[in-house]
This record gives sequence, C-alpha cells and structure tokens, in this order.
Amino acid sequence: MTTIDPASDAQLEDRLQIGTHTLASRLIVGTGKYATYELMAESLAASGTDCITVAVRRERLVNASGQNILDAIDHARYTLLPNTAGCFTADDAVRVARLGREILLGLENPGADWVKLEVLGDTKTLLPDPIATLQATERLVADGFQVLCYTSDDPIAAKRLKAAGATSVMPAGSPIGSGQGILNPNNIRICLEYLKDNDPDYPVIVDAGVGTASDVTIAMELGVDGVLLNTGIAHARDPLQMALAMKAGIEAGRLAYLAGRIPKKLYATASSPESGTIAPKPR
Amino acid sequence: MKIFVNGIERDIARQTTIAQLLAELEVTERHVAVEVNLELVPRAQHAGHQLREDDRLEVVTLVGGG
Repeated sequence: MTTIDPASDAQLEDRLQIGTHTLASRLIVGTGKYATYELMAESLAASGTDCITVAVRRERLVNASGQNILDAIDHARYTLLPNTAGCFTADDAVRVARLGREILLGLENPGADWVKLEVLGDTKTLLPDPIATLQATERLVADGFQVLCYTSDDPIAAKRLKAAGATSVMPAGSPIGSGQGILNPNNIRICLEYLKDNDPDYPVIVDAGVGTASDVTIAMELGVDGVLLNTGIAHARDPLQMALAMKAGIEAGRLAYLAGRIPKKLYATASSPESGTIAPKPR
Repeated sequence: MKIFVNGIERDIARQTTIAQLLAELEVTERHVAVEVNLELVPRAQHAGHQLREDDRLEVVTLVGGG
C-alpha cells in the first residue's frame, strides 16, 4: 500500500517556476514588521519558504549602530526578492529597482535579476496605480529585469501587464496588510483564465491581503501558483505557529487543486449504497 | 564643499570619492547602493567617482519588507 504523506517531497515536488527562478516552496514570505530579527528568521524557516521579499530604504547615517537585516538572513538559503514598496511613481519604482539590484549583485544573491514591482496609488488604500505600474513594467523589462507585478485583481490590468512583459502577475487578494483574504475569487479565476490561456505554466501569485491559513488554501485551490504574504505571519499573535499554519495551508490548497474538487450541488448524494437497506424510504 | 546625503546637508573635502565618503559614514559598502543626482553609480565606480558641490546622494540598504 502506498502511504500518503502530504508533507513529503515526493508529493510536493512540483516546483514553482517564475521566469528563470525555480522555487521549492510556493509560499513567498515578506520580512517586514517582525518584533525581532530572531523571530523573523525562525518564522521564515518554519514557513518552509525559500524566497523572501525585502525593501530598499535609506541607510541610517546617524546612529547606524543597529543590526542590518542582511546580517540576520541566511543568504545561502533564500533567494531575495527586492520590492519597490513605497513608490508612487514609475520613475521612483525604476530607481528603487535598480538600487535593489545593485545591492543584490554585491551580495551575489540570485535575486539580483528580478523585482517585485509595486507602484502605489495612495497611502490610504495602498492599491496599485495601474497606469504607472504598466509604465514601470515596460521600462524595467527593457532594462533586463524579470518583473513580478503587484496589481489589483482586475483581469484586464493583469492581461496588459503580461503583454508588457511581466514575468509574473500578482493580483492582490485584498488590500495590503488588511487580512481580508480573497475578496473576489471570481476575479482571480478570470485573471487565471486570461493569463494562462495557451500558457498554462505562466506563474500567477496572490500577493497581499492574506490573513490566515485558510486564505492561503482558498487562493491555492483557485489554481494560483503561489502566495506572497507578510503581515499574516509577522503580526499573528504567535508568528512561528502561524508560519507553520501557512505552510500547511499552501500544501493543502495545492494538493486539493491538483486533485480536482467535486462540483458543488444543491442536493445531497448518498455516500452509502442506496439499495439493500432494511429501512423503507420515506415517500 | 557641501553635498546632500539622504536629504541631509553634509560638508566634505573637495575631490572626495564615493568610496571615501562611505568609509567616512562608516557604512558597510557591501550592504549599500548609491545614487548620485538620481543616477545609480555601480559599486565598481565608487573608488573613482569624485563628488561635486551640491551633489545629491542616496545611500540605501535593504530592510524588512513585504
């Protein structure tokens, strides 16, 4: 008899391919908002991820004595994915992407050739500016980047970003850090249909809004290739435990997607044989 | 002469290079990237790039983010 161990490598050997990058885990985890670097490092390890996002910020030149995140990360273990978070124009996003690439080149990290592009519309919603995101995508693709685009769940915007050369389109489940989960699964479904039309391996990743493990599972069951999250782990009461939950959520959702769920029906279907009962059926 | 580093005015000697400035700032060069007047200056050019009056520099590093 074959034993089934959902956590075994054999079950989950289908790796996540994003452009030239092959990831063992379908969970990409952010490094922001942890109470300490130690907790961050432990949570990242528990999540099973091998790809983590980082942000580019001004170096503290006064009182620069604090530890740098780069000292707290195992560089051999993780591919870094630099983001352009905090940018509100295409110009700034392109600058930040280039600065991030320069740092990663110096670190000899494989993530030097890609970027998580975020061009935001305003500070209240942190929703993407669709036009500036498209413009920045075009420029970064021309500059040789593999661009992973944070976008809304708008299928038309998703299509345009792919056409502009985005390596992956990453629709938000709900606003960044909101923990509302997948607010519009129908839009994610349409995004998947459009982006994977005649291109089934095109990577689509839900980025943002995930609050708990079931959100991750729901996203994966829809057929997305991976989930990127940060706050859901970092701000959980017990981040380490939540990291384990997210890992399990990814695996459950992926397996369920691959297995193919039963269709939903309005009425019941008996699981036990209907013939041979000793009890008469009610009329 | 005066330059601006991360938005803050700073007085440096003439002909200071980026590499010399980074040493003066005591930053770990491997952890940072430098922009001068909105243009990235690759690490390989830090030792040869002399700063000029009123240059505006960004010295950035990586931090936690999602």
